[in-house]
Amino acid sequence: MSHTFTLDGKPVPFTEGQTIMQAASAAGIFIPHLCYHPEFKPHGSCKLCTVKVNGRHTASCTMRAAAGMVVESETEEINAERRALTQMLFVEGNHFCPSCEKSGNCQLQATAYHLGMMSPHYDHFFPNRAVDASHPEVLLDFNRCILCSLCVRASRDVDGKNVFALSGRGIRTHLIVNARSGKLGDTDFTLADKAAQVCPVGVILKKRQGFAVPIGERRFDKAPISATAETTEER
Amino acid sequence: MALNDMHAEAVAGIVDRVVARWRRDPTCMVQILREVQEACDWIPPEAIDRLQVTLGVPRTKIEGVAGFYSFLYTEPRGQYRVLFSDNITDRMQGNRALMERLCANLWVERGKVSEDGLVSVGKTACTGLCDQGPGMLVNNMAMGGLTLERIDAIADLIRNKVPLADWPADFFSIQDNVCRADILLNADFKPGEALLAARARAPSDGLNASNMRSWREGLPSGIGGPAATLDEIKRAGLRGRGGAGFTTGLKWEACRNAPLKAGQQRIVVCNADEGEPGTFKDRVLLSRCPDLVIEGMTVAAYAIGATRGFIYLRGEYRYLLDRLNAVLARRRSENLLGRDICGLPGADFDIEIHLGAGAYVCGEESALIESLEGKRGTPRNRPPFPVTNGYLDQPTIVNNVETFAAAALIALNGGEWYAGIGTKHSAGTKLLSVSGDCARPGIYEYPFGVSVRQVLDDCGAGDTQAVQVSGPSGICVAEHEFDRLIGFEDIPTAGAFTIFNNTRDMFQVARNYVHFFQHESCGFCTPCRVGTSLLKNLMDKLHYGSGSPYDFAEIEKLNQLLQSMSHCGLGHTACNPVLDTIAKFRPAYDKRMMQQDFTPAFNLDRELSAARQMTGRDDAGAHLATEHGAQS
Amino acid sequence: MSTDKKKLKVATTSLAGCFGCHMSFLDIDERLFTLLEHIEFDRSPLTDIKTVSPGTDIGIIEGGLCNAENVHVLREFRQNCRILIGMGACAVNGGLPAQRNHLPLTTILEEVYHTSPGLSNGMIPNDPELPLPLNKVHPIHEVVKIDYFIPGCPPSGDAIWKVLTDLLAGKEPELGHGLMHYD
Repeated sequence: MSHTFTLDGKPVPFTEGQTIMQAASAAGIFIPHLCYHPEFKPHGSCKLCTVKVNGRHTASCTMRAAAGMVVESETEEINAERRALTQMLFVEGNHFCPSCEKSGNCQLQATAYHLGMMSPHYDHFFPNRAVDASHPEVLLDFNRCILCSLCVRASRDVDGKNVFALSGRGIRTHLIVNARSGKLGDTDFTLADKAAQVCPVGVILKKRQGFAVPIGERRFDKAPISATAETTEER
Repeated sequence: MALNDMHAEAVAGIVDRVVARWRRDPTCMVQILREVQEACDWIPPEAIDRLQVTLGVPRTKIEGVAGFYSFLYTEPRGQYRVLFSDNITDRMQGNRALMERLCANLWVERGKVSEDGLVSVGKTACTGLCDQGPGMLVNNMAMGGLTLERIDAIADLIRNKVPLADWPADFFSIQDNVCRADILLNADFKPGEALLAARARAPSDGLNASNMRSWREGLPSGIGGPAATLDEIKRAGLRGRGGAGFTTGLKWEACRNAPLKAGQQRIVVCNADEGEPGTFKDRVLLSRCPDLVIEGMTVAAYAIGATRGFIYLRGEYRYLLDRLNAVLARRRSENLLGRDICGLPGADFDIEIHLGAGAYVCGEESALIESLEGKRGTPRNRPPFPVTNGYLDQPTIVNNVETFAAAALIALNGGEWYAGIGTKHSAGTKLLSVSGDCARPGIYEYPFGVSVRQVLDDCGAGDTQAVQVSGPSGICVAEHEFDRLIGFEDIPTAGAFTIFNNTRDMFQVARNYVHFFQHESCGFCTPCRVGTSLLKNLMDKLHYGSGSPYDFAEIEKLNQLLQSMSHCGLGHTACNPVLDTIAKFRPAYDKRMMQQDFTPAFNLDRELSAARQMTGRDDAGAHLATEHGAQS
Repeated sequence: MSTDKKKLKVATTSLAGCFGCHMSFLDIDERLFTLLEHIEFDRSPLTDIKTVSPGTDIGIIEGGLCNAENVHVLREFRQNCRILIGMGACAVNGGLPAQRNHLPLTTILEEVYHTSPGLSNGMIPNDPELPLPLNKVHPIHEVVKIDYFIPGCPPSGDAIWKVLTDLLAGKEPELGHGLMHYD
């Protein structure tokens, strides 16, 4: 049985059990997001997908749709809040787009474009984070990690390996790998893992493949992130 | 090499012993890690190696959990690990000077481990000893009433490597300081009484008034007591004492009515993770009337048909663990816990105590459940709520210590009796943890509806500027509001009542609380993880005299963002102390906005320090004009 | 844009940048002539004027802050310009130079002057004429108030043109898809 709720005044159909995000995506409506991925259990941590449901802020990726809900998404107020969250993610890590292989294919960057983020606004943390080049095929650059935990979920739920996890707490939360040495090269991670394909930013990178696509022809050069409701990686 | 092997073997032995005690159950991960640390002084990599094998869980999971809790260390922190409580009341009582003295005595830098690996000295959030501070923890054992003399004595004990067990017992003595007692603290209560009363109360109207499905499923057949007990709780109008004030009867009923899948059971959890700075009433309840609390849990189990219970005790109250376990053991021997309680066939319920490990966020019920399951204490997405999908996805109620104590009395004396105490919307009494600037800090139990002014008079507070009610996540009450009443219809509270006289700087109070929230943010959601850090930096900037109206506007914007976008109550309330003090003590902020114009985010002159040091220059060109005062 | 208005005075500079943004500025090509109907340049590498005149309308800053001189110049711009625009990735977040920030400055100076041969006879230069480097490279908005930003490494000539013409038209500058780039 199908019901509808309204999203920015337009009726959106949904089926029982669908979240607002899922119903919106199915209807071809883009809601900004980073930790959400259609193939994984919603996490609700980045908060970029926050909408107002009957006047209350809530993450659309975890909120089940209900008939008659009045949902606001593309408003000046909500987009300003989303922009502020994006700016927080930029100052929390070290995001130097010009020297990042993921530039042009990066969801954080493309989302920031979508939200019209002209600068990171806040004062930078410039954290000291390592790069792990121990794996023969994959480079890990923790400077760009936004703690979305997609790799954690992919490795645990699809690969059955638990290669990644979050450790630490608060602003010290960080990604760890499953080896006493703390090095990816000492884990059973392979390039064929699902976890190798889900990073929305430039943390998990295939070696010897950098900057393969020229500027102007990369994914988000060609179309803004809002033009595709589908968010899986194109590689 | 041989030494390393021996070490690894010894660690493996410890791990095996601990893991066996916890039934090789990975859901007890937090408890296992805590006990391994108690034996090893930290959690060495060899222990994680062994845990991986014996528990069959990946290293990432173990390290992820260990890394979450402040009191679990994956790096050596010394044989003696000293943590000074750093609540605003500890500050007011001079904890900083004591910490400096101890560091000087032991030749150790704050936050670091001494070179010989003997000791580390750091700070921690409120340890719940505000009425007898300054407080501290040594290897998680609490000490209050610290003085310079006591600190010197402690330094000697540490230097001489005297085992903690041989330290003078009075160092560890913690007072109840009950200053005003009412129905709870005065209860002349004999263990088992409330249960017997509940069992006896099985009239037919009780049966009709409640949904009966669950007790038919999960409870002894033919007994009307459970439904009647639930009715009494509802009739009493009992509301949760943890701060939010949810109606206890509704919560219990929802849990009781939640369907059980095969192999599932209902769960009763006592939230004794009393982490709100300034609150210590649960400590006193658990130390003074543990039977009342545990009986309340058992009554709840009886009412909802639960067979398993947990007390989630905050790590700072480690010293209560053995005493509480002894009470549980005694109650088992008295047939008040275990199988066929009070001789009622099928009335099975037992309780296990889990200790927290330094994470305020675990006071949030879904984070608490995650922690009980041996995970990182991250609040869950809701719905679903714990009453249907709680501990290991089973129907679960989580209630505050005080709520259970009140429930026991209601079971004993009836709902009507209880509803007659307090006010219309706030039945019963409330325990207040009174601390700060007053003559008689301690526990005050009042019927709901008492005014702030009355409490201030009773505890001998004079010249009061403000009271922080319910801790930093509560509200800051200024003098013109002292006639407001404690109760859900006016000022709801989890129990903290922290008093500040006119010599106190309310900006510093707010800044202390902002530091607290920054430290305790779980890091799950972006706004709280980053926002609390940004807020802390801005408050520090104001503190150092380099704030401008521009920074002030930024603080207000961050406050708004935290409130609207955060995942859980921690983020939503993290800005309360700032918003309140801005609204009510604006001059404390204005005084700090010493700059008219935009000022740099950092001390510019200090940014040249490394270059000055390397070049040996100190000429005018080697300095930058800066609006920043001296920064620590 | 009305032409009978007084021309706006514009100053530009490159701090810890590579002048790539200025090159990009020149990429607005023949539109420079249109622009010059509305603006005149004050201090800028284009004019070689060395100080910013008081009452300058718009200051355009390329590059972040890596040393004391950068700070002095930035403050001079802020003091004398009504509107300050940060141009390019380095101004916006420190950019390439800020990628030294994970290394302590002492380590960097040691590596450059003590360990590697051939520079300054193994001495760290201490001539008072030389500006001292900051412990970390900072974006400019952390030191003075910046009114607008043009992201990009470099921003394209079109992006620069868009922001400037939006401003001249009294609009909030906006870069849509294609013009908005951080690289």
